[in-house]
Amino acid sequence: MEFNAPATENLFDRAKLVGKSTPRIDGPLKVSGAAPYAAERHDVVAGQAYGWIVGAAIAKGRIRSMELGDARRAPGVVAIVAATEHEPVGTSPYNHAPLFGGRDIAHYHQAIAVVVAETFEQARAAASLIRTQYDAADGVHDLARVKSAAKIGTGFSGESMKDTLGDFDGAFGGAAVKIDATYTTPDEAHAMMEPFATIAAWEGDKLTVWTSNQMINWGKRALASILGIEADNVRVDSPYVGGGFGGKLFIRADAVMAALGAKAAKRPVKIAMQRPLMFNNSTHRPATIQRVRLGAGSDGRITAIAHECWSANITGEDGEHGTLQTPKLYTGANRLTASYVSQIDLPEGNAMRAPGEAPGHMALEVAMDELAEQAGIDPVELRILNDAHGVVPGDPETKISDRHLARCLKEGAERFGWSERKAQPGQARNGRWLTGMGVAAGYRAGPTAKSAARVSLSADGKLKVETDMTDIGTGSYTIIAQTAAETMGLPLDSVTVELGDSNFPVSSGSGGQWGAASSTAGVYAACVNLRRMIGEKLGFDGDAADFQGGLATLDGQGWQITEAGALSADGEMTYGDFKSDYDVGTYAAHFAEVRVDAFTGEVHITRMLAVCDAGRILNPLSARSQVIGGMVMAAGATLMEDLHVDKRFGFFANHDLAGYEVPVHADIPHQECIFLDTLDPIVSPMKAKGVGELGICGPNAAVANAVYNATGVRVREYPITVDKYLDRLPALA
Amino acid sequence: MRSFTYERAKTAADAAKTVAETQGAKFIAGGTNLLDLMKIEVETPTHLVDVQDLGFDAIEETPEGGLRIGALVSNTALSAHPAVRRDYAVLTRAIQAGASGQLRNKATTGGNLLQRTRCAYFYDTNMPCNKRKPGDGCAALGGFSRQLGVIGISDACIATYPGDMAVALRVLDAVVETVKPDGTARAIPIADFHRLWGDTPQTETVLEPGELITAVVLPEPLGGQHFYQKVRDRRSYAFALVSVAAVIQADGTGRVAFGGVAPKPWRVEAADALLQQGASAVVAEAFADARPTEQNKFKIPLAERALAGILADARG
Repeated sequence: MEFNAPATENLFDRAKLVGKSTPRIDGPLKVSGAAPYAAERHDVVAGQAYGWIVGAAIAKGRIRSMELGDARRAPGVVAIVAATEHEPVGTSPYNHAPLFGGRDIAHYHQAIAVVVAETFEQARAAASLIRTQYDAADGVHDLARVKSAAKIGTGFSGESMKDTLGDFDGAFGGAAVKIDATYTTPDEAHAMMEPFATIAAWEGDKLTVWTSNQMINWGKRALASILGIEADNVRVDSPYVGGGFGGKLFIRADAVMAALGAKAAKRPVKIAMQRPLMFNNSTHRPATIQRVRLGAGSDGRITAIAHECWSANITGEDGEHGTLQTPKLYTGANRLTASYVSQIDLPEGNAMRAPGEAPGHMALEVAMDELAEQAGIDPVELRILNDAHGVVPGDPETKISDRHLARCLKEGAERFGWSERKAQPGQARNGRWLTGMGVAAGYRAGPTAKSAARVSLSADGKLKVETDMTDIGTGSYTIIAQTAAETMGLPLDSVTVELGDSNFPVSSGSGGQWGAASSTAGVYAACVNLRRMIGEKLGFDGDAADFQGGLATLDGQGWQITEAGALSADGEMTYGDFKSDYDVGTYAAHFAEVRVDAFTGEVHITRMLAVCDAGRILNPLSARSQVIGGMVMAAGATLMEDLHVDKRFGFFANHDLAGYEVPVHADIPHQECIFLDTLDPIVSPMKAKGVGELGICGPNAAVANAVYNATGVRVREYPITVDKYLDRLPALA
Repeated sequence: MRSFTYERAKTAADAAKTVAETQGAKFIAGGTNLLDLMKIEVETPTHLVDVQDLGFDAIEETPEGGLRIGALVSNTALSAHPAVRRDYAVLTRAIQAGASGQLRNKATTGGNLLQRTRCAYFYDTNMPCNKRKPGDGCAALGGFSRQLGVIGISDACIATYPGDMAVALRVLDAVVETVKPDGTARAIPIADFHRLWGDTPQTETVLEPGELITAVVLPEPLGGQHFYQKVRDRRSYAFALVSVAAVIQADGTGRVAFGGVAPKPWRVEAADALLQQGASAVVAEAFADARPTEQNKFKIPLAERALAGILADARG
């Protein structure tokens, strides 16, 4: 089914299940421990041995030698696959740093061996007996040092990341009010709860991996390419994923080393990557340096807007494009956006929740706060004043599909009690606490991708949905069940959903907040085909009939759909060219209130609010969890998360969960999330957009702006930790 | 983790003797730090002597009007004890500022005194570390040192003692009671218990090989207002950037010790004497010999501001 024109009124506009808050259908399994995650799948294949990955001890260079004898002789060892004895594995379009690269070391903790043993403890103990000698090479590990060598980056679709419109320099030079500020964001880790984990088993030439992955079809193809085998011989199964955040978009070393280990051991091998390896072995969000220049008239109308971003990556190509939201958010006739990328010798940078936009808002939306202060305009008003209408400000050829940002800001301000905010910073004090409020707007694209599913109706009226879509904690199981039940006119509990198996039809997968809109559209397409099959079988027009309560009715006639017998239909939703005329975005207004200890500078967030405009919300209950999860991650990025680069040795020094701090419960206050009741007819027949990344686009800046409002100190170097501004806090009385 | 043998000791003297006489032997109680370090082979004991059956789990009043805390009393039990909450609130507050509920249930009073530094390079066995491997060098010097020590450190090691409980014990002038392998007991003032690193950062306390902590004794209560302020990057489950334990009397005199800054809870009696003059004078005296890195120099003004907050609260 092709979606080739804006959606008109359809069955989802009269929905009974879609759009209603629905508890997760997989919730009881998860809270009772019965949903098996990759490392817990003891029953899928017999004879599982345990693998332990050895990571490189240097950031760059070459392995001179590996002493493997002691490890091979250690108790319980079944096999060792080592870089000195094995050809480098192949590459795939999804992995840039080699996952097992032979003697050449590309980054710290790159896999150089896997030890397979009868028990986990034996594998771990034997791994420590491997003695590796290196010839270390010099590398460059400091973004500030490589910045001057940066080149214009390339975007997700290969486009140039530099755009200009009008005459920025001229307009900025003549602007009545000007902001020119530079912000930095650090490298960040996904730090998901479930580590990378895989059980790999060979049956002749056929490989099965039970793993934890967001994008099943990418993973299947990548693993085939990396191992040099046919994709048809690879099965990837990942029904439950304990957090991904972009870190599990791609096949990682756990899957590759488990496959190689299983081949060498001639039996299935399980690997759960040890936490201390996670931070340097895998991908991360690259650090950025961002310069934002805003020029406005004395009335606050923006005339000139420039946002430049510098990041670096091991490839020197795709970086952290902090400019992505800037063409979309605010008007202004004269514009420059550019994202530059340098080569750096660190682990691979890649997608992490709202890649580009999450750190991009941390610069742009703080610059807007600075502009508001300088222009003497309320920050909410400034954003409404410069809101875009009709077309994308940075790309006037492109229409905006559906946008209600100003409504988000107004409703949020009302709801949050914004009028209580003191315009003058550092003025509100309660005992030892300085208090403040901040606001930021949020933009994140609302993409869709083709997605397929199979729906099977049994003779007793039960419906099964199969698709390789993943549920990475997002609620995919439930929204897919809601969609199928709605379309087939069945109760929710008649529907079962099976996900994450590459034997199922290929879905959009989970990433870039495209999963919810795309995968449900694919399920809808399959259900439409099933309705037609039922109609053909029973002699009515399945497109025209109304399906309710297991009954199809048309022109006063009714059919029990079970009379059609057991039937199965595949379907796929694809998207027509008309969509390229539009920018489909999601929008939010984020508010935060903080209190800052006047003595120590510690920041406590006291309230957060997100007002979101993201089309139809398929399941407000799980969508809210997505948004508040993003807000938690944003709080972490603003106040504590920081992969500390050791610029001498070239690695992230704080590589465990004690050193890389993410928020704990005590850091997170009451969070409120409101969805505007909007519909976007351009996105899909569901008129629904995802929210998984909207929640991290803006709350970061709202918190930073609240800290400024509380203290009068602007910290432009994230995270905002006490060491960065203690000396600028108001003097103690 | 290397293979090791394991036994459960029946008496303190036997335990001490076994550890003293067995190459590579260590005590284990709650294991909240030791097991983590064994898994990454920072610690590689060949034999573990489990002391959990030895009793030492009572909190009793002493004839002097203080409290004797058995070495195996859990952090949870100690912090919740009515007499501790009433008379030694700084100790309750310090313990509850540390770790998590689960860890505090398992961690013991004796073991907590012996927890090892959280320096990232100590934990990464690919990196040089004089504490892990004497003579290896120190990767933290010139590296990621934001969390590390500013005073009492050396060119060999800039790690800190990371705990909270001991900072409160230092303000209270607690005494650590031990039994030696020859069966004799000794009492070590907390001030003398932890060593400064000097050239031998691998030796962290004055305990002799096999010497076992049996109790911690608190002198009679000090009265006054008790404070423990722990400044950290998140509000729970994080080690201190700086912590301040203080007991302040009505006349503004008192005692103060700092955590997260040195190889031991940092208290300078001459600085205590300046409390009535305010935080600035106290911190200037206590940190007169500080040698911070560029990354951790903020700890000194942070200590001053944290103490200023305490003194303001004490004034009401």
